[in-house]
Amino acid sequence: MAFTLTKQSTGVVLVTVDGQLIVGNRQELKQKVLDALDGGSRKFVIDFSKAGYIDSSGLGVLVSLSKKIREPGGDLRLAGLNEDLQTLFELTKLDTLFTITTTPAEALAAF
Amino acid sequence: MVELSLDVPSDLAYVGQAVELIACQCETGILSPRRLQFNLRVALAEALANAIRYGNGLDPAKLVRVRVEVASDAVRLHVADEGRGFDPQATPDPTTPDNVMREDGRGLFVMRHLVDQVTFNDRGNVVCLTLRAG
Repeated sequence: MAFTLTKQSTGVVLVTVDGQLIVGNRQELKQKVLDALDGGSRKFVIDFSKAGYIDSSGLGVLVSLSKKIREPGGDLRLAGLNEDLQTLFELTKLDTLFTITTTPAEALAAF
Repeated sequence: MVELSLDVPSDLAYVGQAVELIACQCETGILSPRRLQFNLRVALAEALANAIRYGNGLDPAKLVRVRVEVASDAVRLHVADEGRGFDPQATPDPTTPDNVMREDGRGLFVMRHLVDQVTFNDRGNVVCLTLRAG
């Protein structure tokens, strides 16, 4: 499992989640995104197309990152959720907190 | 019926490996691939993380004991910690407007939605997750 950050020519940072986002690795994702935020990036898309599953700690780190990114006027958007992950966001009502698109391309284009 | 046990150290870094190890042992066709891939894994990860963090307080001297029963009608996961237990009815709803922005407090809520039954012993330090066949 890995988290890969790629800065687009538009300045948007695309974060790819490959595998699980769970209690054991959430800090790795958090630190990588916060490093990019400290480096001046303000727009982030997290792509879950290759993700396995997310637990509540993974959801929590997304909430935390969203708050930190919004403080300086940035935004964190999510893309590529499969049906199970989409349901997880809906039942926890976190779908009301994030802009969620079907594909990362849609999220990048909309920024 | 297949039955197995696993002792997991009280370190959150082991949750992912423990989940995979147990999920692989449940690949008997009782659960659909989708429920095995998502519902069982997420619910078990929640139960383990709660037991390690809140039950055992991340104490390296304590273990979380997992017992798995794979029967013809259901998979049952028993997760026991060495803590004093808690009142599962006393956990707040994480979906209220006040709580939805919180970073924690969703574990039990998620568990209850992903499996068919969540039960605790009287002390509150052993949870049993039941996923019925299908």
